[in-house]
Amino acid sequence: MMSHTLVIAEMHEGKVRKSTLSAVTFARQVGAPFAILVIGAGAAKAAAEVVAFGAQKVLVCDDASLGNYVCERFAPTVAALVKSLAFDIIAVTASSYGKDLAPRVAAKIGAGYAPDVSGVVVDGGKLTYKRPMYAGNAFGTCAVTTPLQVVSVRQSDFAAAEASGGASEIEAVPYAGPDAAAAHVEFVSLEHGKNERPDLGEARVIVSGGRALKEQFAAVLDPLANLLGAAVGASRAACDAGYASPELQVGQTGRVVAPKLYFAIGISGAIQHLAGMKGSKVIVAINKDADAPIFQVADYGLVADLFTAVPELVTELKAQA
Amino acid sequence: MKILVPIKRVADPDNANKLKISSDAKVDTTGLEWKPNPFDEYAVETALRLTENGANTKARVGEVVVVMFGPKEAESTLRAALATGADRAIRIDANDADLDGDVVAQGLKAIVDKEKPDLVLLGKQTVDSDSNQVAQLVAEYLGWPQATFAATIRSEGDKALHVGREVDGGTLHLKVTLPAVVSVDLRIVAPKSVRSAHTAEGHAYPDGVRFAALMAIMAAKKKPLVEEKLSDLVPGATRKIEYTSFALPPARAAGIKVKSVQELVQKLKAEAKVL
Repeated sequence: MMSHTLVIAEMHEGKVRKSTLSAVTFARQVGAPFAILVIGAGAAKAAAEVVAFGAQKVLVCDDASLGNYVCERFAPTVAALVKSLAFDIIAVTASSYGKDLAPRVAAKIGAGYAPDVSGVVVDGGKLTYKRPMYAGNAFGTCAVTTPLQVVSVRQSDFAAAEASGGASEIEAVPYAGPDAAAAHVEFVSLEHGKNERPDLGEARVIVSGGRALKEQFAAVLDPLANLLGAAVGASRAACDAGYASPELQVGQTGRVVAPKLYFAIGISGAIQHLAGMKGSKVIVAINKDADAPIFQVADYGLVADLFTAVPELVTELKAQA
Repeated sequence: MKILVPIKRVADPDNANKLKISSDAKVDTTGLEWKPNPFDEYAVETALRLTENGANTKARVGEVVVVMFGPKEAESTLRAALATGADRAIRIDANDADLDGDVVAQGLKAIVDKEKPDLVLLGKQTVDSDSNQVAQLVAEYLGWPQATFAATIRSEGDKALHVGREVDGGTLHLKVTLPAVVSVDLRIVAPKSVRSAHTAEGHAYPDGVRFAALMAIMAAKKKPLVEEKLSDLVPGATRKIEYTSFALPPARAAGIKVKSVQELVQKLKAEAKVL
């Protein structure tokens, strides 16, 4: 079977989000020719950002009504393209955008949906997927049984694609208009943290804190994160208690991350948290409870009071810089 | 407002690390207790909050119907939801092995067509398959708007909902006109996350989901619970995703304990080479 992959890019503030490049990596692994769809207001300008990644075409759907993401305005165009250009694999990175959009597209085109996959195996044109389940305590191997398949891929498991050179042809595609349901949903606003730090999904180093930090969360972690150019993450307990902002949550139901270096500071290591970070290359745990489960996954554990150990770590790193 | 809340039972999520994989590569949950999917418990709590005055949680303004796909023995999970305040329950008789998110979504569409709720409210994902898809699928099948990963909901005269969705890096606010499908995230059960049109502004609930009193557990045994058959609702529905095998994740090699901050920095530089 001749296959043909459509990668759906994600836009933010007029640019293509870097997370899109994980879905491009997936498309390269599938090995079939692929196109990238850049959809949103300003897509025509943003399309240039993804022409050097080996796509046959970069498809552009630029419409003033697509300024803010609303699923019911985006999904119909994706579905229309799958039909008109005969794609059979539709891939998107499993960000909150991809997770919202992909199932609706799948239902629209009668496709099976493989959510949040961490790996793909191509065998004679047949794809099988590996995906984490049970908070990462089991990996399922699965296949979609329909001719069309929609896939969302984990940013933590598909490294961002590097540019491969060349220049894909850019082609404008028509906006298919909104779903009837779009008349009943209205974008109101997007609040996002004024975060100067790298995104959790892209950071090389993450400094994460737990409830033990209390009101000192930022005061203790910020100097270390600033020094290392790190993103700041948090356990669910720290977010629920209001010590950290909800968008910092790392875990089964928060962000899933896999940086080169992950600091777990004052985090006990509930399985829901481990599910979000145990793919990290090197894990450091600082906790005063020597029996905390976090030490079972940490490469380097330091049993110490974080309120003295973290400032000491900052001082030591500065001294050696 | 009439709200339909689909719920699922899952193997005890707090002991998910005790899962075993059998010799034929299947998930073995022997010894783990069945529990309601936590996100679905949050959805039931949210539905109760949306159909009451927060100052009088005994009286429903509207109706909450819980629905589950599964065998007879799963009914205890429905009874538990009835005990916390849901009005009635529907069990759609099905074998777990015949279900995937898509079959469930098609079955839910059939139930919605019969029940005609104003709102389908469910957890954003089940913590066994971690798929995060049923709300989006059923919204498309119904042609209704969707608001996924809701962390806050405010009802406007039972006609529309203002939903704060937790998205990467922030909160996206949508206004949806009913009927609609909403999936809920963790923080929906914070004290001020949900406010119905009948609840005073500023009302604060206790944090988390409500527990059933013994009297309510007894009373729940008499609440209506009807059975439907999946094969009647969606004849011939087949799975669109098939799992062939399962495996445990690769174990991380045991790490070491360092004695001091100095040793930690030295190891990160010289050994791990990440600084």
